[in-house]
Amino acid sequence: MLELILFYTFGTIAVVSAILVITRHNVVHSAAFLGATLFAVAGIFLTLQAEFLAGVQVIVYVGGILVLFVFVIMLIAVERSVHERQYNRQRTIALITSAILIVEIAYGLYRGRDSLILPSIVTPPAAAAAVGNSEQVGTALYTSYLLPFEIASILLLVAIVGAVVLAKKRTPAEE
Amino acid sequence: MSQFFQIQDIGAITPELELVAFGMFLLIFDLLIPDKRKLGLIALAGIAISGLFLFRLRNTDFSAYGGVLALDPFSIFFKSIFLIAAALSIAISLKYLDIERENHGEYYALILFATMGMMFMAGAVDLVTLYIGLETMAIATYILVGFLRSNQRSNEASMKYFLLGAFSSGILLYGMSLLYGLSGSTRFVDIAEALSRRPLTDPISMMAMITLSAGMFFKVAAVPFHQWTPDAYEGAPTSITAFMSVAVKAASFAMMVRIFMVAIYPLRPQWLPIMAAVSVMTMTIGNIAAITQSNVKRMLAYSSISHAGYILIGFIAGNETGLTAVPLYLFIYTFTNLGAWAVIVALRRKDVIGEQIDDMAGLFFRHPSGAVLMLIFLLSLAGIPPTAGFIGKYYLFAAAIQTGHNTLAVIAVLNAAISIYFYFRIVVSMFMREATEKTGLVYAPGLTMTLAIATFFTLLIGVYPDPFIAMARQAVVLGF
Repeated sequence: MLELILFYTFGTIAVVSAILVITRHNVVHSAAFLGATLFAVAGIFLTLQAEFLAGVQVIVYVGGILVLFVFVIMLIAVERSVHERQYNRQRTIALITSAILIVEIAYGLYRGRDSLILPSIVTPPAAAAAVGNSEQVGTALYTSYLLPFEIASILLLVAIVGAVVLAKKRTPAEE
Repeated sequence: MSQFFQIQDIGAITPELELVAFGMFLLIFDLLIPDKRKLGLIALAGIAISGLFLFRLRNTDFSAYGGVLALDPFSIFFKSIFLIAAALSIAISLKYLDIERENHGEYYALILFATMGMMFMAGAVDLVTLYIGLETMAIATYILVGFLRSNQRSNEASMKYFLLGAFSSGILLYGMSLLYGLSGSTRFVDIAEALSRRPLTDPISMMAMITLSAGMFFKVAAVPFHQWTPDAYEGAPTSITAFMSVAVKAASFAMMVRIFMVAIYPLRPQWLPIMAAVSVMTMTIGNIAAITQSNVKRMLAYSSISHAGYILIGFIAGNETGLTAVPLYLFIYTFTNLGAWAVIVALRRKDVIGEQIDDMAGLFFRHPSGAVLMLIFLLSLAGIPPTAGFIGKYYLFAAAIQTGHNTLAVIAVLNAAISIYFYFRIVVSMFMREATEKTGLVYAPGLTMTLAIATFFTLLIGVYPDPFIAMARQAVVLGF
């Protein structure tokens, strides 16, 4: 019962703040609400006994990515964006399409709700609970997912190189 | 097989490791070597060595890293396509980047990293590995599309491609997460096993299939997810357009074969009608839109959309002929399309962009060899014998008829007929119009080499296709 209450509390906070993120005119407010969404999602992870994921969510998303967003906001002209039109002319079409999509997905999930219940995932087996969630994630990363884990480092290298390539100034020789 | 890392697992990824090593060398050498064309040659050497490693693995068939990576004839066939495409794209870049004044070592390093990502996509039999490989390829490609930093079209193309690509990756991931939720595993075989145990109309598997298909149709630029293609292909550096239209496309199809023919094969009755509709729309809209283009890059972009539509026929047929046709067609398309793009790269000179059909006017009188080579590639793209393109189309259409998809075959043949019209607009411009300017083509050594290789294979596969068909068949028969 307590779990259910916690889930709905965190869920409501996450959804409401997510809507506020995209409807606020002021980007600083959007960033703050994004932080609230991320914290609420971390809370949901906690109720699922995924404490490692909850910690990573807070450290990486709130501590890293959100702070980056705020830095970028500091560098751009916030005042102008407040007065600019927030949506383009396709707003109505977009709203209708998203509404249809939401209804479809909700209907699909409702109809198929029985097939999604995986006992081993919702309630971790006793042995796994004894080892702890962080250890399990670590084991998975270094056994079943060793290869993708290593390729991810190349992915990050590509992203860093790309950011440098696109952002660096042209040298006089290139002009 | 142990779940832990074993030393032979390293052996399975030597071609990829070697590419990564060369990519990192290039990033360092970029600071030391002022002549950037030498870096391109180093990258070519890296690809050649990677090819040697791949050749040494040619007869292996096992899965490595606890079953996330398959080293089977299928992945080796596709990996060789990626290496060939990457090598030829680098060869046509050497001079082109000098003319555009954007010759940097990072360019070659990013191509190598993108190729590495593709090789993991072709080998992946696990959702996580597949996705990481896909993103490595995609992020490197977004950057390469925007590599002409002072060119607004290039910036815009990169931005569009990045936004839509990120969005489609999100949709793809949604499908993947649903599949994981259904099966509790990220391995394709486990997913197929879990899906086969549920009713066909299970709403969750339907949702997983639809989102997954939407994401993948975006990656191969199938209608109705094709709008990014003309803009991205037009704005990108032409050498990168060539790379994208063959290597990125082939990698996306390799991923599609693994997903559709293994992971969600139990849902085949459900995805077949979607696939058929997408295939027909892709062929038709791609060809009809190509007719009205006056920019050759945009025209070839629409043509590449329509080719994706033909290749989807192989999935719809789903028999041995159809599945053989997919890698075979992509192999042929690699040479044919890279050749056509190489001619367009050769048209780019200091002051001429060389992308309009008018820029090709009278090319035959100014530069007969360029015009004749372009004619061969266009004939192959249109699928006219004795060029390789005919063999590829023949196999696809034959597969459709074998499996009783006669309407589909008729539509495909009609589309091939439409495509002849716009390919021949270029031919007419080259052979039957007055030359508007005097300057010839720029033939750099790399370009000449690419054109020679592309022409050789386009004609060779056209007249003597047997060994290549045998290789493609071995790839799919042993692979599945």
